[in-house]
Parts: sequence; C-alpha cells; structure tokens
Amino acid sequence: MDFLRPSTLAEALAVKAERPDAVPIAGGTDVMVELNFDHRRPAALLDLTRIEELRTWTPGLRIGAGVPYVRIIDELGAQLPGLAMASRTVGSPQIRNRGTVGGNLGAASPAGDTHPVLIASDAVIEVASVRGTRMIPVDDFYTGVKRNALEPDELIVAIHLPPAPGPQQFAKIGTRNAMVIAVCSFAISLHPNEKRVGAAVGSAAPTPRRARDAEDFLSAALTWEAPKPLLDSVKREFGELVSQAASPIDDVRGSAAYRRHALAVMARRTLGWAWQEYLEGEQACA
Amino acid sequence: MTLTPAELTSAVSGGIGTSPQRPDGNLKVRGEFAYASDLWHEDMIWGATLRSPHPYARIKSIDITEALKIPGVYAVLTHEDVPGRNLYGLEHKDQPVLAVDIVRYQGEPIALVGADHPETANRAVKRIKVEFEVLTPVTDMETAADDTPLHPGGNLVRHVHIRRGDQNAEAEVVITGRYEVGMQDQAFLGPESGLALPAEDGGVDLYIATQWLHVDRAQTAAALGLPEEKVRLTLSGVGGAFGGREDLSMQVHACMLALHTGKPTKMVYNREESFYGHVHRHPAVLYYEHGADHTGKLVYVKARIYLDGGAYASSTPAVVANAATLGVGPYEADNVTIDCYGVYTNNPPCGAMRGFGAVQAGFAYESQMDKLAEALNMSPVDVRIRNAMTEGSLMPTGQKVDSAAPVAQLLKLVQDKPMPPPAVNDLRHMPGGVSNTTHGEGVVRGVGYAVGIKNICFSEGYDDYSTARVRLQMVGGELTAMVHTAACEVGQGLVTIMQQIVRTELGVERVTVLPMDTSIGNGGSTSASRQTYVTGGAVKAACAAVRAKLGDRTDIGDEVIDETVEWRHRATEPLDPETGQGNAHVQYGFAAHRAVVDVDTELGLVKVVQLDCAQDVGKALNPQAVVGQIQGGSAQGLGLAVMEEIQTADGKVRNPSFTDYLIPTVLDMPPMNIDVLELADPHAPYGIRGVGEPPTISSTPAIVAAIRAATGLALTRVPVRPEHLTNT
Repeated sequence: MDFLRPSTLAEALAVKAERPDAVPIAGGTDVMVELNFDHRRPAALLDLTRIEELRTWTPGLRIGAGVPYVRIIDELGAQLPGLAMASRTVGSPQIRNRGTVGGNLGAASPAGDTHPVLIASDAVIEVASVRGTRMIPVDDFYTGVKRNALEPDELIVAIHLPPAPGPQQFAKIGTRNAMVIAVCSFAISLHPNEKRVGAAVGSAAPTPRRARDAEDFLSAALTWEAPKPLLDSVKREFGELVSQAASPIDDVRGSAAYRRHALAVMARRTLGWAWQEYLEGEQACA
Repeated sequence: MTLTPAELTSAVSGGIGTSPQRPDGNLKVRGEFAYASDLWHEDMIWGATLRSPHPYARIKSIDITEALKIPGVYAVLTHEDVPGRNLYGLEHKDQPVLAVDIVRYQGEPIALVGADHPETANRAVKRIKVEFEVLTPVTDMETAADDTPLHPGGNLVRHVHIRRGDQNAEAEVVITGRYEVGMQDQAFLGPESGLALPAEDGGVDLYIATQWLHVDRAQTAAALGLPEEKVRLTLSGVGGAFGGREDLSMQVHACMLALHTGKPTKMVYNREESFYGHVHRHPAVLYYEHGADHTGKLVYVKARIYLDGGAYASSTPAVVANAATLGVGPYEADNVTIDCYGVYTNNPPCGAMRGFGAVQAGFAYESQMDKLAEALNMSPVDVRIRNAMTEGSLMPTGQKVDSAAPVAQLLKLVQDKPMPPPAVNDLRHMPGGVSNTTHGEGVVRGVGYAVGIKNICFSEGYDDYSTARVRLQMVGGELTAMVHTAACEVGQGLVTIMQQIVRTELGVERVTVLPMDTSIGNGGSTSASRQTYVTGGAVKAACAAVRAKLGDRTDIGDEVIDETVEWRHRATEPLDPETGQGNAHVQYGFAAHRAVVDVDTELGLVKVVQLDCAQDVGKALNPQAVVGQIQGGSAQGLGLAVMEEIQTADGKVRNPSFTDYLIPTVLDMPPMNIDVLELADPHAPYGIRGVGEPPTISSTPAIVAAIRAATGLALTRVPVRPEHLTNT
C-alpha cells in the first residue's frame, strides 16, 4: 500500500487524478478501523493532514473538510450550535480530536452524526478535482448506503454553512450514554427570516434524509410573527411526519418500530426546545 | 519512561490490611504494560486461524493447496496434523483442537496457517478451500435436549435436580414468572495472545495470557502428544479474564505451528476473532414459582432452569450445579424443587464468566422476590429480610451455612445510604447523556434492591489446592523473600496480595514475586473468587514453614530457607444425584445493592444515577483492591442489566465488535457508596471471604428492579432494551 502525503491541495488533487483508487484519510477514525479489520485494502492512502487549507475555517462560514470535531465544538459552537451538538456526540474525546466532518461526508454512513444537521441547515459541500470545483447542495450529496456524489478524482474540500439564523437542536438515540453509534438521530433548524424550518433524520433510512413533509407542515404552522407557545397538536403532528419520513430497518442496534417511535419523540422535544429559545429571543428583543 | 523490573517488585510496601500501590497500575495507565500481545521473538512467525462461517455443517473437503503456494507461508495445518488427542475440554473432552468432518458453531477452528507476516497468514487463510454441507442448527435451549443430537450421548450436558422438604407444599400466595438472561461476554480488553517457542528437547515453551496454567498445560500436552514436563507455560501480561480465559483458545494452535515449523510462533486475536475465540456467559431461561404465607415468609420455591452451553461443554456442568444449588438465593426455604438443565446447541460455546450460574439465577429469584413484595404490599427490603439467610441456615442442598451470612444487615446498610439529589439539568447526568434526548421530559426516578449469594472456591468434591514456594535469604545485609506460584495474575492484584502476606508473616520488607509458570506445582484457576483464599492460604502456609526454620533470627548468613507447600481448603462433597443434597460448597459470599435510576420513559433510555453496595469480605487484605473488585463487579452487572448482549440469530453472532457489543462507559457507571463488612470466616485464612463475584450478582437485579419501579413494567429479560421500555 502506498502512503501519499501531499502538502498542498493542488498536489493532492493531482495525486487523486492520477490515483483515483487512493483512499483519502484525515482523522482516520473510519478508514483505520476498516483497514485494521481487513474490510478494505486500498492500493494507496492519501493523507490530507498536511494540507493547511483543509484544517482552517473562515467566516461565512466555510469549514475546511479536515477541521476536527473538537474545534467545531470549541470554536464554532456559538455560530453553529446544531453542528456542535452533533459533534459532541461523536465517539470519545480521542475520536473527536481526530475525526472530521469531511470524513463523516466521505464515509457517508447513514449513521454519521453530522448529516442530519447539515441537511437541516442547508449545507453546501465544496468538492474539487483537477477539473475544477463543484458546489453540491447537501440534498444531492448522499446517493445511497455509504455512497456519495463524489467522482473518483474528487476530494471533499469544505463545508459551507451560514451561521445559525435561528435556534438549532440535535438529538441522537444510543443504548449507552456515550460513545455509541446512532440508533437514530434528528436535527432541526429554525430559519425565522425565511419563516422556514429544516428537519432531517439520521440512521433511519439508507441515507440521511430530509423530512420534507414535516418541514412544510411546521414552516406553515409556526407563528413566526407573533410567536406563541406551541400547541401540543402541532408538536405531535410534526413528530408523526418526521417519523413517516424515515424508512428504518430492524437491526442489531434497534427495531424499526422503535426508531419510528423515537424519531417522533425526538422531533417533538427538539422542536419544543428550539421554539422556546425562539420565543425567549423574541421576548428579549421586544 | 518505562519502569524496570526491579522497580516493579520493589514499589510495593505494607502488609495485610493496607493498600500498597499495585506494581502494574501506573504502567497500565500509561500504556507501558507489556501484555501477551506485545510478545516478540527474533525470527518468529505468525499464526492465523481459519474458522467456520457456519454454526452447523459437515466438512466435505479441505483443500490447502493454494494457501501453501503463497510466499512466506511456512505451514498450513488441519486436524490431520494434531499430534496427540484432538479433543479437549475443562470437564468433558468433547471439543476438537481443529474440526474433523463437522463444525458445531460459527467460528470453530478448522485450519491454521503459520507465515512470516500476520497479513500473509490472513491471506493464506482465505485461500484455504473448504466445502461444507450446511446443516440446520439447533438453537433453542428449551427444546435442544430432544432435538438433533450434536454429540454422542445427546444434547443434555447435565441435569441437576434438588428435592428438599415437602414436594407438595401449598401456600397462601403463589408467584410465578419466566425470565430470560441474554448472552454476556467477558469483554476483557486484552485479546487472546501468546508466543510458542520450540525447545531443543522436542518440547515447547509457551508464553501465554491465561487464567490457569496447569490445566492449559495438561490439555495442551495431551493434544500435542507430549509428556507434560515437555510443555512449559509462563504467564504473560494478561489484560483481564473474568472466566473467558479458563478454556483453551490458541494455546495448542500456536504450539502446533511452532513444533511443525521449528520457529517461534505468535498468535494474537483481533477483537472480532476474540468474540469467536472464547466462551461466553450462558444465556438462560428460568421458570420460577414461589409460595409464601401472608407475612411474606417463603413456604416453597420451585424452579426449572435452562442454560445454553452452546456447541461444547466447557464448564457447563459446574455452571449448572451453581445455578441449581444457589437457585433460591440467600433465603431460607424449607421446601425446594429445582431442575436445572445445561444443554448443547449450535450457539457459541458458553462457560465460565464472573458469577458462574449464580448471575442467571440471581436475576430470576430477585425478580420473584420483588413480585412477592408487590403481591403482599410489602417493601422489597422487608420481604427479603423476612426470609434472609443467617449463619446456621440450611441451603437447598441441606448444607449448613457455617460462617457469617449477614444478608439482612447488608440490605439495611444499602437501604440507609443517603439518596442522590434529584435530577439536575446537566446533560451528562440525564438518560441519553450528551446525545441530548431529554432535558427532563419523560424522566422518572426509580429505586430497586437486590441481594445475592455466590459459592467461593471450587465445589462438589473437586480437589482444589494451590502450591506456593517461599524462599528467604540475605541480600545486601537484609532478609529478603521471594515467592513463587503458578497462580495467574490477570489484573485482580494477586501479586500485591502475595507480597502483603509474606511481609506480614515474615516481617520482611523486600518481597520479590517470581514470574508465574509451570516449573512449580498447580496454583489452581484464577476464578471462583478463590485466589486470595487458596493461593493466599498456600503462601501463608509456606511462610509458616519458613518461619519454623527461621525462628527469631534476623540474620541467616549464607543460609537459604526455601519451602514449598501445597495447601487445600476444606473438602467438599458431590451432590447426591437423586436429591441434590450434600455439602457441596466451601464458603458463601454475599453482597447487596441499591440502585437508583432515572428512566426516560418515553424513549426507553436509562441512566443509573447511583449504585450502592454492601458486601461482607471476611477480612479485607487490601481494602482498596476490595473496593475495586466491588466497583468492577457492579459495573459488569450494570452492563448485563442495560446493554451487554451477544446477539445471535440462527446460531450466528450479529455483533462481534465493541461497536455493537456495548460495555458501560464512565458516563454509564455512577458513583458508588460501598460498605465493606469484615466478619471473619473461621475456616478461611485470615478469615477472608472471596470478593470478586458477589457484586456482579446483585447489581443486575437491583438495577432492573429500579427500572421496574420507574416504569411499572414487568421486565423479565436482561439486558433491558429501549424496545422493552417503549413496547416497540
């Protein structure tokens, strides 16, 4: 196995063009597990950790694909509360020190923790090759179980996300209280300026999935102009629609029926927290 | 910085009753401890194992041609290459070293490869062609005895029946229940590993992580067709055991490759292979009926217990005896009817794990006691105290409990512990933790109690002993002792205990512990909570022999005093095969728990808020190590209560990894208040009572009782899953 260590993005893209079979590795928290268990035997590894551009973020926000979770939590928690909450649920401190959102996107596991947040907050994924740069809306990024829209010569360069325009929440079910792969997860993002809600489920379908009917229902049902406490019926209907957006399976981590049930509960609760925050914010402004 | 061996043996100070620092502690925390997986030898080769993908299949052919062609492969071995007896087992010799004609569980070893690199060995394994005729596996423990026989003689490994008192007794209140216990794994952190060196005398030296050197040696020598003296075992760094290393794993395999190739051979399992490479805790189905009078006093207990031994017997017969004889729990009951069956299936083989049959029974009888309390509108503690065993009580076997049995006292101690404060709004303390699933919504607190009983040391007439050698000489003008045994240090702290005993007995400050190996007599197994009792007893006795020669001298010049002693605990008896009566056990240990849990009743997630324990240990030779055992045993019980299970489907393991076999983290295991009682057992050295297992037994049912209290659900199966709590 070749171990390729480019020090600039241009160099990395040239290598990837020449060696499309090279597997990119940043934190290595997915790739190394696959190698150690002999589930995968790439001809080459393309180490991205020397490329400074991938490890920085700039206001706006453009987050380098190689920024580890710990920095998202520490440095971007105020601007991107949803992404920080999801990052906080990834693995252990050691994993969060190394693992990256770019890696989450590269693996494209339906259980990846950051995906629902990226969907709910309309992220755009910047990918590049020697042929140029593409901006892929997150809705077009996930194409199947552990498959994404990357071409063989492309690398994930950055994630574009606006600072949260309103309250965001993320919740994830696991059968222990830390270091656990999602049984299912849910993210919600309020966009008060557009009077719109983003909502997405994780680990409950072949890909992370937007809960579009739930979004449409809630966007219309919320009283954006003169915020009032939510009716239980609204929360319940939203929970049901989120649950219906999923197509979960029975597996070793949980039953399909439990996943549907838990998604509805998480949707109701996170909506309650997000709306409460919005109400308090509005009252503070008034 | 890496500590040198000299520091390892001199870092400890203090006699019994103190808590000198263990020599391996800092090394392990810093990642510098040398485990068996770190063994290395010049010119060594690596072994790998081809395992069956099927739970039950006939082997029609094995073709090793392509594997042998790979450059770097030194040997590919099958059952035809087993030099001696191709059968081994702790109690029944029923398990092949390498499968012949048939495989009975997924993961059963079929062939071995020795190669110059582990990757080469793994690739060669994949080139071995095996033609299988897949058969329908037997997987239901309740019907297995009447199903397709998997071994000559059928699928019933052992049936213990206990008949005591009036078999037709009737009671005012009758409580029945059916309970299930899932398959728990020991989940020791250091996977199976060892290094075999071919020796000039035609024998082999094996460096190995194990729990019982001499039984490994006996089985390995027989399989290799060698006399025992030509198979020499030395204990290497062991990363936990909990029963999972009592059976052979790669011992014979590594030796076969070493002897066949003439090269030092190392084998290390990875985590996935480890799940296939050792026995697990028996899953169980338990039917119970308790009869009581209106005051809660037990009139009778009836139980029918099934334990799934999987494909091979391992220690199933002894586990069956434990579940049966301890099946009533630490309670008095004059009339007892128990039938306990251990069976063969095509599920993964099950054998020893901390608690050993007492855990499965404990979940069932404690669940029954809670149901009885509810039926009588009594408190769970009161109904237990009403029936609590005391010194002098009779076991279901008719054996008199002849030392302290402070069951009521232990329950009162945990009952009187301060309760934790109400839930605070900190995600780390909520069910679900930082996964942010609740800010208090749906959370209900519950409290539960349980108490358990465990036999200590080997039972049923087994000749259970240990051998210790203590040598005394002057070094640098100072009396210095050396202690040598074959008793395995697996992380429990035996090295420290032996040093403490020698210091106390001989008044010598400097005590060196020699590597544990088979150049000295049997030390017995590091299991059944027995090493401090039996090997501690042997070291104490060897010190007494040394002391007799030493007198009151403090300077012995050039003299060397060197004494070896074989020490036995008092004898036990087999159970009567008709009635199950007999003085089968040496000693009984007791622990009680109170669990406080917060349950997210809507999502079915559990946070154990506090887990308090009281245990009688007779005498705490090393108080800190005792508390460590109680914390660890309680954590393992918590794991069984809410998360740990090897899930199988049609005999296949669905979650052979730490990704999906979950063990508690620091955010799952709560703080504990621990009371340690020291009520000396006059029959035991220093009055000690085995510590390691009792806390594992009562932890699980206490937690489940607390979840029941919070939810009102029956919860008859462990581990409790979110599906059980949300009816999904």
